[in-house]
Amino acid sequence: MGWIQDLVKPKTRQWEDFYRNRWQHDSSVRSTHGVNCTGGCSWMVYVKEGIITWEMQATDYPLLESKLPPYEPRGCQRGISTSWYVYSPIRVKYPYIRGVLADYWREARLTLEPVEAWASIQDDPVKRERIQTARGKGGFRRTTWDEVLEIVAASMLHTAEKWGPDRVFGFSPIPAMSYLSYAAGSRLLQLFGGVNMSFYDWYADLPNAFPEVWGDQTDVCESADWFNSKYIVAIGANLSMTRTPDVHFISEARHEGAKFVVISPDFSMVSKYADWWLPVEAGQDTALWLAVNHVILEEFHAKRQVPYFTDYLKRTTDSPLLVELVETPTGLTAGQFLRANTIDRYAAVENGDWKLLMWDARADAPRMPKGSVGFRWAQEDAEKGKWNLKLEDGLDDTPIDPVLSFLGTAGSEVAQVSFHEFAANETKLRGVPVRRVRTADGRDVVVATVYDLLFAQFGVGRGLAGDYPTSYDEIGPYTPAWQEQFTNIGRDTVIQLAREFAGNAEATNGKSMVIVGASINHWYNNNLSYRAPITALILCGCCGVNGGGMNHYVGQEKLTLFAPWTALAFALDWQKPPRQQQSPTWHYVHSDQWRYEGDFTDYAPVPADAKWAKGHAMDLEALAVRSGWMPFYPQFDRNPLDLVKEAQAAGRGSNEEILGWVGDRIADGDVKLTVDDPDAEESWPRIWLIWRGNAIASSAKGQEFFLRHYLGTHDNVVAEEHAKDKVKTVTFREPAPRGKMDLVVDINFRMDTSALYSDIVLPTATWYEKNDLNTTDLHSYVHPLQAAVPPVWESKSDWEIFKALAKKLSELSPEAFPEGTARDVVMSPLQHDTPDELAQTQVLDWRAGECEPIPGKTMPHLRIVERDYANLYNRFISLGRGVRDGLSAHGINIPVTEFYDELLENPVGGTPDTRHMRCVEWGGQRYPSVEDALDAANIVLQLAPETNGEIAYEAFRAEEKKTGLVLADLAEGNRSVRTTFGDLAAQPIRTLTSPTWTGDVNNGRAYAAWVLNVERLIPWRTLGGRQHFYVDHPYYIDFGEQLPTFKPKLDPKLTGDIVKSPTGPDCLVLNYITPHGKWHIHSTFGDTHRMQTLSRGIEPCWLNDKDAERIGIVDNDWVEVYNDNGVMVTRVAVSSRVQMGTCMIYHAPERTLTMPKSQVRGAKRGGSHNSLTRTRINPVQLAGGYAQFTYGFNYWGPIGVFTRDTYAVVKKLERLEW
Amino acid sequence: MAAETERGGMDIRAQVSMVFHLDKCIGCHTCSIACKNIWTDRKGAEYMWWNNVETKPGTGYPTLWEDQDRYQGGFEQKGDGVKLRLQGKGATLGNIFANPSLPTVDDYYEPWTYDYQELFDAPEGDDQPTARTISMITGKTMDVEAGPNWDDDLGGSTIYAANDPNLEGITDEERTQLNELERMVFFYLPRICNHCVNPGCVAACPAGAVYKRGEDGIVLLNQEKCRGWRMCISGCPYKKTYYNWTTGKSEKCILCYPRLESGQAPACFHSCVGRIRYLGLLLYDASQIDKVAAAADGDLVEAQRAMIKDPFDPEVIAAAKANGLTDGQIVAAQESPVYKFVMKWKLALPLHPEFRTLPMLFYVPPMLPVIAEVKNGSYDVQGTSGGSEADSTGMPSISTFETARVPIRYMASLFSGGNTTLVEDVYRKLMAVRVHMRSKTVGNVPADEVAHALADGKTNADEAEAIFRLTSLPTFKERFVIPPMARELAIEARVDPFQRKQETGFGLRKETPERRF
Repeated sequence: MGWIQDLVKPKTRQWEDFYRNRWQHDSSVRSTHGVNCTGGCSWMVYVKEGIITWEMQATDYPLLESKLPPYEPRGCQRGISTSWYVYSPIRVKYPYIRGVLADYWREARLTLEPVEAWASIQDDPVKRERIQTARGKGGFRRTTWDEVLEIVAASMLHTAEKWGPDRVFGFSPIPAMSYLSYAAGSRLLQLFGGVNMSFYDWYADLPNAFPEVWGDQTDVCESADWFNSKYIVAIGANLSMTRTPDVHFISEARHEGAKFVVISPDFSMVSKYADWWLPVEAGQDTALWLAVNHVILEEFHAKRQVPYFTDYLKRTTDSPLLVELVETPTGLTAGQFLRANTIDRYAAVENGDWKLLMWDARADAPRMPKGSVGFRWAQEDAEKGKWNLKLEDGLDDTPIDPVLSFLGTAGSEVAQVSFHEFAANETKLRGVPVRRVRTADGRDVVVATVYDLLFAQFGVGRGLAGDYPTSYDEIGPYTPAWQEQFTNIGRDTVIQLAREFAGNAEATNGKSMVIVGASINHWYNNNLSYRAPITALILCGCCGVNGGGMNHYVGQEKLTLFAPWTALAFALDWQKPPRQQQSPTWHYVHSDQWRYEGDFTDYAPVPADAKWAKGHAMDLEALAVRSGWMPFYPQFDRNPLDLVKEAQAAGRGSNEEILGWVGDRIADGDVKLTVDDPDAEESWPRIWLIWRGNAIASSAKGQEFFLRHYLGTHDNVVAEEHAKDKVKTVTFREPAPRGKMDLVVDINFRMDTSALYSDIVLPTATWYEKNDLNTTDLHSYVHPLQAAVPPVWESKSDWEIFKALAKKLSELSPEAFPEGTARDVVMSPLQHDTPDELAQTQVLDWRAGECEPIPGKTMPHLRIVERDYANLYNRFISLGRGVRDGLSAHGINIPVTEFYDELLENPVGGTPDTRHMRCVEWGGQRYPSVEDALDAANIVLQLAPETNGEIAYEAFRAEEKKTGLVLADLAEGNRSVRTTFGDLAAQPIRTLTSPTWTGDVNNGRAYAAWVLNVERLIPWRTLGGRQHFYVDHPYYIDFGEQLPTFKPKLDPKLTGDIVKSPTGPDCLVLNYITPHGKWHIHSTFGDTHRMQTLSRGIEPCWLNDKDAERIGIVDNDWVEVYNDNGVMVTRVAVSSRVQMGTCMIYHAPERTLTMPKSQVRGAKRGGSHNSLTRTRINPVQLAGGYAQFTYGFNYWGPIGVFTRDTYAVVKKLERLEW
Repeated sequence: MAAETERGGMDIRAQVSMVFHLDKCIGCHTCSIACKNIWTDRKGAEYMWWNNVETKPGTGYPTLWEDQDRYQGGFEQKGDGVKLRLQGKGATLGNIFANPSLPTVDDYYEPWTYDYQELFDAPEGDDQPTARTISMITGKTMDVEAGPNWDDDLGGSTIYAANDPNLEGITDEERTQLNELERMVFFYLPRICNHCVNPGCVAACPAGAVYKRGEDGIVLLNQEKCRGWRMCISGCPYKKTYYNWTTGKSEKCILCYPRLESGQAPACFHSCVGRIRYLGLLLYDASQIDKVAAAADGDLVEAQRAMIKDPFDPEVIAAAKANGLTDGQIVAAQESPVYKFVMKWKLALPLHPEFRTLPMLFYVPPMLPVIAEVKNGSYDVQGTSGGSEADSTGMPSISTFETARVPIRYMASLFSGGNTTLVEDVYRKLMAVRVHMRSKTVGNVPADEVAHALADGKTNADEAEAIFRLTSLPTFKERFVIPPMARELAIEARVDPFQRKQETGFGLRKETPERRF
C-alpha cells in the first residue's frame, strides 16, 4: 500500500494552515435564540474580525442527578443557522416605510404638528384607503428613526385622544423566549393605556384541559425527567422535530428498558424511535384513549384494586367528592358538586358555596375536606391555614377516610343515570351506586362519587344494571371494539397498550408518561382530547411523579422568573390593572370571522336540551364579556378618558363615584360594550404594533380575513357571510368594514410576511446583538441572550426601540394632552388566582335581569388608572414603588421590600453592566433603574424566588401561612443564592425550588409538575383543590362535558370550508393539517438559505402516494391547495408515510418566498398555510367567574382553533405563472 | 513507510476513529450545518456537504452514490489483492481527461438562493412581491428539482425509497410492504469521510495530493498540490471528496483537525444533539491492510476487526511505541469509546465494507418499530392478541429484530457485506441490554426471560450495564476521547515551537474569491 503517505515532508504539510486560519476566531460570547422553540439552548457565538461567523453549542450545563444523562449539547439545525440571518440579504437593516404613507406624512408635516398631521391623514378617507390597499404590495422606502418614531408616537397620541388608548394594540408572543424584549413593548403599552394581546391561547398552545383539570396554565416536566419514565406514549408530538435538543432522553430511556409508543397519523420522524407506531385516524385520538381508560378501569380498578392507585385517587383527586344527581328530561344526570353549606353540619361555614363534600367511611356521613377553593380565599383568621390536602374535616380537623365508591356499601342504592354519547347522538341509562343526603333546607339529594360516575361514563358495569357493554368486543362506548370505528387501530393493540401502560405504572408507582403536542391541541374539541389521556394517567397515579404525567410541550410558555417579570412587563410597579386581551376571541370578533359562520351547533355536537350551548358563538362571546368572564377591548363605544370627563361633568369627583356612575351607565345601556356592536367605527382596533412574532402569518388563522378586515388590502376569500340572521344580541352591520387598522408597525430583523404587510418596519437586533433572558419548560436553567456584536447597521434592541418610542411619546404628548395626565376607566374581567374565583356559582345574565349588575361580581371590574403621558418615559426607565409592597404570582404574595430598598442603594448613573445595578432620580424620587436591558435583567434575577434563595424562602414562609403546611425547608439550603446577569454569562444556572411552581428540583432532581402537590399536600388551584376528573361549571354540564367524553372530529360537510370552491375528478378533498416542521421554528429559519437547501426550496404539501396517483400528481409537481378561505400554491412531496385522506403543510411557511400566481383565485399570488384556515371558538371555553374557570392572561379562554379541522382541495396547478 | 516491527510483524498505527449510534440519530442535520457554517459556506463549495445525513431507505447524496456500477468507486478483489475499480493508478493517468463515472451537478444538485432583495426593493404593484429562486451558479432564476437532502423523510416514496440499492436482496413482498402502513419505515444515515485505512481517494490521486496523516490517520487533500483531476472523487466510493468549481481544487472533510489539535471534538460531533457520536483512537496493524481488503465480502467485518488491535496487549503497546506512538496516545486508545463499540461489544459495523477501503467510521444499526398487520380494516401491532388479563406479563413488549420494520438483509447490505449473522448479533445484544436494564430498574421481568435475553445476546449483566452507560449516560468527555495531538512535535519538525508561539498568525491573509450571490 505504497500510496499511503504518512511520512510526507513536514514542509509540504504547511498548507494545513489553510483550514486552521478559518477556524481561528477572536471571541466567543454566550447567547441563545428567542424563537419560541422551547429549546432554550445555550450557544457560543463566534466573532472574527468583529463579524459573527458561526455558533456552536455551549456544553457547560451543571449536571443534574448522576443517574440522568447530561443535557449537553443542546441546539438544533435551526438554531445553528441563526448566524446566517445576521448579515443576510433578508436582514432588515434600516427603518422602512411604505412610500405612499411617507408621501402623505411629509406633505402633512410641512404645515402641521405631528399629532395633527396624523389626524389629517386618517380623517381623509381617500388617503386612508390608498394607504391600506397598498399594504403588502411593495413600495417600501428606507427612512430614518427620527421620522418613524415621530409617526408612531403621533399616531398613538392621536388615537388615545380621539378614540381612547384602548384602541392601541400590541402583539408579541411568548415572553419566555426573550423576557425583556417582550417586556419593553408591553411596559410601554400599559403605561400608555394600550392593550397586550395574549399568544398562548391564540396559538392554540394553551391546553384547556390543564386549567380544567389542574387550574394551571401548563406545568410539565423538564425533558431530563423523560429518562425517569419506564413507559412513554407520544401523541401529537413529533419530538425529533420539535424537541430536537431533548429527544435523546427518549432513546436513552429506551436503552434503560423503557417502552416508547408513538400515536401519530403519519409515520412521523419520531415514529422511527418507537417500539410501536400506531397510525391513528387524524383527530380521533380521544376515542383510543377512552378505550384505554375502559380497560384500565375494568382491570385495575373494578376486577382488582391496586393499593397505590386507590390511595393516590383518595388523596389527590376529586374521585371521592360528591356530585348531586339532578332530574333532567333525559333522566337523572350528573350535576354540580354538592356544596358543603347545603348540609346542616356546614351550613354556616365561610365560603360554604365553595367547599365540597366527601363520604367519610368512619362517620358514614358527608364530610368537608380541606383544600377546596373556599379555603384558599378564607377571610376569617380562624379559617386561614386550611388550604391543604390533608384528609381532614375543615370544621374540626378530624381525619376523613374517603369512600371512593358506594358500590355494595351499606346505605347505598343504585340509580339509573343518563349519559350522553355524542358519536351516536344518543343517551344511555346506566346504573350508578348512590346515596341520599338530607340537606339543611330539607331536600333529599341523590349523590354519587366522581369515581362511580367515571365507571358508568366509561361503560364499565361492575355487575350493575343498565346499558353497559358486556365485553371488550361489544361495540359500545367506550370499549376497545367501539374505538376501532374511529381510530382504525385494532382492539388487541389498544387492550395491550392499556395493560402495559397501567401495569408499568403499578410496577413503578406511576412512571408512565404521556408526551403531547400541538397536533392534538389544535382540534376543535382539544380539551376532550387531553382529558382522555389525563384520565388514564391519574387513574394510574402518574401525575406529580418523576417519570410520569401529562407533558404538553407546545410553545415556550414557561416564564420561570414569573413574579418580578410580570410586574416589570405590565408596569404593575406603577399602576393596576393592566389591559390584557384574550386574542382568540378578539380575532374572532375583530377580523370579522364570526360573520362567516352560522350557529356553532351546525358543526359542534352538544346535548339536545342545552340551555346555553346553542345559537351563535358571537352571542355567547358577548355574554362572556358582560359577565366578566372574558376581557374585550376596546371596552366601550366611547373614549374611556372622555368617560371620566363625562362623569365629572355629571358631578362625580372621586374615583369611586366615577366608577359607580360608569357602572350604572353600562347597566342602563347608555355606555355600550363594543363587543355588542363590533363593526361600528368606534369599536375598531386602530393601531397594531407587532414585535417578536409573525402576527400576519404564522398564527394568523384566517389570514385572508386579516388582510380583508384588518388591513384592507387584497385577499383570496370567497366564503360567504352567514351570521346575519343568526346573531341575537350582537349588531350585524352591512357591509362589513374593511381595513380597520390605521397603522400597522412591525419590529423585525427579517423581512417576513408581517413586515411585508406592515406600514412601517423597524429594524431590530437579532439574538446575537442584544442582552436578554430566556427560560423554557424543557429544562430548568436560565440563559442569557448577549450581544456578541452591537446591533448591526441601524438596528436597535427591542428595549431601546420602545424606550425611544416612550421618549418620543412624552415629548409629543403636550400636543394631545396639554395637562400631562389623564384618568382612564379600565374594564377587566374577573381574575384567576384572586378571590374573584368565588364570584359566580351560577350562570346569570344581569342584562336579562337574572341578577344584579355588580362590577367585579356579575360584571367585569371597573377601575381608574391615571395615565401620566408627560412622565411616560421616566416611568418606563424606573422600577416604580408599587413593587415594594410585594410581588404576586399564581396567587402567592412574595415579600420583597427589603430587596427593593437594597436596590435603592445602588448609584445613580453610570454605565450598564452585567453585575452592577443602578438607580435613576426624577421628580424628587429615587428608583431602581431599568434604563438598560441589563439593568432590567438584573432586577428580574434579583427579585425572583427562582434565582434569589432568600426570596424563595420568604415566599415559602408566606405559603406556609396560607396552607398550614411546613414548606420553608424546601428553600432552606438555598437561602444564600443570588444571581446576576454576569453569572448567567459565565455558566447556565439552574433555577431554585420555588412556590410559584410545583416541582422539587433540590439535589439535582429533575423538575416534574405537581410533585409539591402530591408530596407536600399543596392543593391544586381548582375548585376542589384536587385534580378534577369531573368539571362542574354549569356551562360544562350544559355542553355535556362534565366527564371526559368523546366528541368526534368535525364533519367537513357541516363546517363549510368548501362550499364555493370548485371540486371535481381532478381534485382531492383532504383533511388539511399543519404540524410543526423540521426546517423552521414556525416561520423563522424557514426563509434561510440553509433550511431551504436542506429541504426542497419550498414548503411542500405532503400527500399520500395513492391519493397523489388518483389525480395524476407526482413528487415535486406544483399544486393549488384551496378552500373558501383562501389558497396556497406549492409543490408536493409524495410518500405513503402520510395517511390517505390527509395532506400536510408544515407550519409555517412565509408568503415571501417562491409564491406563484393562483389560477383558482384570479391570478393573484396564493398565500401561506394560514390562508386555508379560519378562527372559530369553542364557546364552552368561555366559562368564567368560577374557581379555575376564571380568566387569566394566556391561562384561560377559547383557543384559536380550527386549524386541524380544516379541509382543503388539492389540484394540480395548470400553469406556473409569476 | 514505517519499518515493520519484530514483534509479531505488527506495524501499529493510531487512527482517530468514529462511531455513529444510529438508534439515537434523529436526522436533524445540525451536524451538517455546523460543518457548513465553518468549512463550506463559500463560493465553489456551496454544494459540498462534507457531513450530510440521508434518509434510508433512499437514494442519498449524490444520488445513488452506493451504486458502484455507476460510479466505479472503491476497490474490487483481484487475485489475492484488490485494485481500484476505477482502474488502478497507472491506468488512471493515461485516462486523465476522460472520467465518465464522475457525478454531475445534477447528481449533486444545482445550488440555489432567493432574490430576497426583491422584498425590499419591489415598487408598489398590484400584487405582493415574491423572492424567486436563483441559481448560485448561473445567477438566473431556476426551478428547484434536486437538493442535498431531497428525499428527506421520504420513506414510503416510490421514487426514492423504492430505488435504494440496498433493497436488492429483499423479497418482492417485503418491498411492496415498505409502502404500506404495516411496514413503512425510515431511519437516518449521517455520513462524513470515513478516513479509511485503505482510502480510494489517496489511491486514485495522480498528483499525490491526498495523504493520510501519520499521527492520527486523518485523510487530507493538500490544497497546494491538488491539480483538480478529480480522480479522488471517482475513487472514493462514498463520494466524500468534492470539486470546488471556483478554486479548481478538490476538498473534503478534514475531521476538523484544527479543532482536534486544540482538544475539541470535530464540529459535527460537538453539535450532535442526538448524542449519537463517539470519537477515539483505534490502534491497527497496517501490515494487514492488503490481506484484510481482499477478504471475501461476508468476512470483511471480521477481517477488519482482526486488524484492529487490543490497546491493553503488551505486545501491541510495544509495537506501537516502536512506531513512535506516545504514552498519551496509548492511554487514549485504551479509553477509546470506539474500541468498546467496535471491538469489545461488536455493536458497531462499517458502512459498506465491500467497498474495501476499510472505513474507520462505524455504525450501530437502529432498532425500529415493530411491524403490524391489518385485520378487518384495523391496524394491529404484531404480537398483540388481545387474550385475557392473565396472559399479561407486566413486561411491556419491546421491539425485537425479528419483527422490526426493516428486513435484516437490508441492514446487512449496508453494514456487513451481506453477513446477516453479524447484524443479528448486534440486535440481540441491544435487546438484551434493554431487557436487563428494565429488569434492573423496574424488576418485573421474569428472571428466566432476562437470562435468556442475555444468553441470546451473547452478553452478561456487567457488559449490558457498561453498554447502557456508554449509550445513555456518557458525558462529552466520555464520548470524545481526543488523544494528545503532540502539536509541538509536529511544529518542531519545521520550526521551533517557541518561535511559533511568538509569530503565529502574523502575515497578510489571502482574499478568498468574491461570492457572486
